[in-house]
Amino acid sequence: MSDLNIKFRDPSEVMKLSRLGSFHQSKLSFLRSFIREFKDWDYKRDLFDLDKNGYGTAVYSFSKNERNYSLVCFAQHINSEERSDRVIATKWDAAFVLHDGIPTKEDIRRLRDNVPKQEVGRVSYKELTLSRANKSVRAFDHVVEYLSLGKQPDKNLLNKVGYLYRTTAVYGSGKFGLADRFRIKDRKEIYGPFRLEMMLVYLVRQFTFDQVNHIAKFKNPTKAVELDIDIARNLGIGNSTGLGMAPFIVNHPTLLHNWIFCREKALKEIRSIEKVNVNDLNIFKDCLIKSKVSINTWLTDSDYQNHKINSLKVDLTKFDQYLEKECSVKKKYLWNSIYIWSAKNLKDECLEYIVSMMMEPYDKIIDPLINNMSSEEDEYFTIPADKKVSDLKIILENNYKSIIKIDFSKKDSTFNFWFISKNKEEPRVANRYEEHGAELEQPLAIARDIKKLYEKIIKTKQTSSIADFLLNNDDVRHVVRRAFIVDQFPYSEIQDNTIGASLVPIDMLRLKLSFFGAVKFDPRSDKWLRINMYQGAPLSHEMKNFNDTWVYNVIN
Amino acid sequence: MQSLSEIDTTSKRASKAAGFSWGIAEEIGKAIRNLELFGLPGIINLNLYLKKIKKKHPEKLKKIEKENKNKELCPIYCGVAFLDQCKHLETLRTIKFYNINYPMLILPFVSKASEILGKKILIQYNKSSFLVNFNKSILSKNIETQIVTLANEISIVFLENKNSFSDQEWKEIYKLSEETFVEESESLKTKGAGAGLTDND
Repeated sequence: MSDLNIKFRDPSEVMKLSRLGSFHQSKLSFLRSFIREFKDWDYKRDLFDLDKNGYGTAVYSFSKNERNYSLVCFAQHINSEERSDRVIATKWDAAFVLHDGIPTKEDIRRLRDNVPKQEVGRVSYKELTLSRANKSVRAFDHVVEYLSLGKQPDKNLLNKVGYLYRTTAVYGSGKFGLADRFRIKDRKEIYGPFRLEMMLVYLVRQFTFDQVNHIAKFKNPTKAVELDIDIARNLGIGNSTGLGMAPFIVNHPTLLHNWIFCREKALKEIRSIEKVNVNDLNIFKDCLIKSKVSINTWLTDSDYQNHKINSLKVDLTKFDQYLEKECSVKKKYLWNSIYIWSAKNLKDECLEYIVSMMMEPYDKIIDPLINNMSSEEDEYFTIPADKKVSDLKIILENNYKSIIKIDFSKKDSTFNFWFISKNKEEPRVANRYEEHGAELEQPLAIARDIKKLYEKIIKTKQTSSIADFLLNNDDVRHVVRRAFIVDQFPYSEIQDNTIGASLVPIDMLRLKLSFFGAVKFDPRSDKWLRINMYQGAPLSHEMKNFNDTWVYNVIN
Repeated sequence: MQSLSEIDTTSKRASKAAGFSWGIAEEIGKAIRNLELFGLPGIINLNLYLKKIKKKHPEKLKKIEKENKNKELCPIYCGVAFLDQCKHLETLRTIKFYNINYPMLILPFVSKASEILGKKILIQYNKSSFLVNFNKSILSKNIETQIVTLANEISIVFLENKNSFSDQEWKEIYKLSEETFVEESESLKTKGAGAGLTDND
């Protein structure tokens, strides 16, 4: 395909947290691939049993051939002082569970007793994902009020919020009794990662529209109108995300590799295209133009994020000039030229934005990658203990170059520690030197432990087997395992110190959320942020005929 | 019921709390998950064993030999070391451990070793025996109780890959399978495989 021999980007460059924290949604994102996969499925609202205030039970489903997935929704009244996005909340406006198949009345009764309780309830192997959400009271009440008066809501207000409901967690893979992944992993339609979590959020979005229409109708049966579908389409589902996501990307190294590797493979293949088709360049330009309008709706009070957004805007102006003056399909390897120019002239935020955008014209490159984004993690769990210490030393020196140079005797290098809170069983990060609990630190200080491992092995007889080394050094066993994984999966490790004083935890969240396909990152601190999912996405009845670039739809 | 994911995570955390390193605790999580997957009493045995060692952590093994004796041996340390060294230990054919606590807990590590080596392994203690099949299943015989707190002697035998049937039995079943074949006529011989009449081209 190419005589340029484009190489994969170096993990030591891509896997820096500052770079990972600059990733944007792309055609590889899970919510976009969910819609592509399920576009041919039959969508149905099977039950809608809500009272005049919108409280009650609803069931939505996707079905195809013999397979059926049902979202069971429970909406209830809560007092305003009970409404919280924090994990300390115990009540939510609505709770949701994705059931495998068609739920019986007995299933719905069982789920009604448990799903609204979330973490303290129990679900079964017949359930796949679990979530809860709170109303954006400001947007929700406004929409209900206007619809009941026969008017459409104020678009400006809705643009600022972007959704009617905000989820605060979406659980899957065996949590609280949910089905283990092994039970369902061979189903072709869910080969892509987090597909059932994406389905749940998508169907919740439909529930929010149906609920406002329903309440407005009851409020004023003669005058009420339904929410305009163009307005509905421009609403997504919000999400508040805290530190729970951060350990995930450390604890699932092969999965992380597969996500990043697919992105890097796509980039490499696109850069290797010798002759760029004019239509493909136009798709790129069109997405870029539309997306810039969307950027103006990314509102946040976070200085950190505003700095990133401003940097993106400034760089996009520079990029426009470059694109206008120097980019023509007559140029061989145009994408490669664009990439090289961008890497040289743009900051991380814009560079990764352009990388995401470059994928838009290329279904043929992206589609085959989607099914490679899951991982059979257990296959890589066993340590190849018959290898030699010298093998491990080479792996560490090749894959952790910058990590083994960190001086961990400095306080700043070990400033933070990660722990699990007893109250909510959720990950947290704290100052090691000011807070108690560091003795119960979680094994997420990978850089520090890798350095410790390196210092041990350089003092060990190099011809010893790993098995012999581990007999006397089981304190570093967890990172020995990681090192052998990174040897096979070079994008599996964050190339930064996740306990250093300069750690910005939301960079870790943003990485994961960008792969989900989230937009409008709105950090509320350095440890949690709000985002929007599915804004601009086709509505349930529109899925069969949709444009995959919906994410760039102009929000007006 | 608890999912296997919950069993894995909780076993891992409990084992760390009981004094094992994170790396060993990760192994325990997967091991208990596998025992439960195979229908064997993993959580029951781990729970009792972790209670037993909470006050005094067991000694680590220095090395695994053909015969391993101590006042009390830890099934976890023995199991993990066995797994790590299985390629070397295979040459010894039979390994014995004496005075091993909660011997059920060594099974999943031996089972994983069976997968790595591509060999079935037989484990025997008291009157019970377990045949581990490449970590795909564990066949058990004479399990009198779910909990054995101490096995005076465990023998672990690497089994050579061999048929479980006689040559005669194979011949008989093969002969029957031949009844699905078509006897080739001269015409079928020349046309059936799609080859030309000569390869001298």
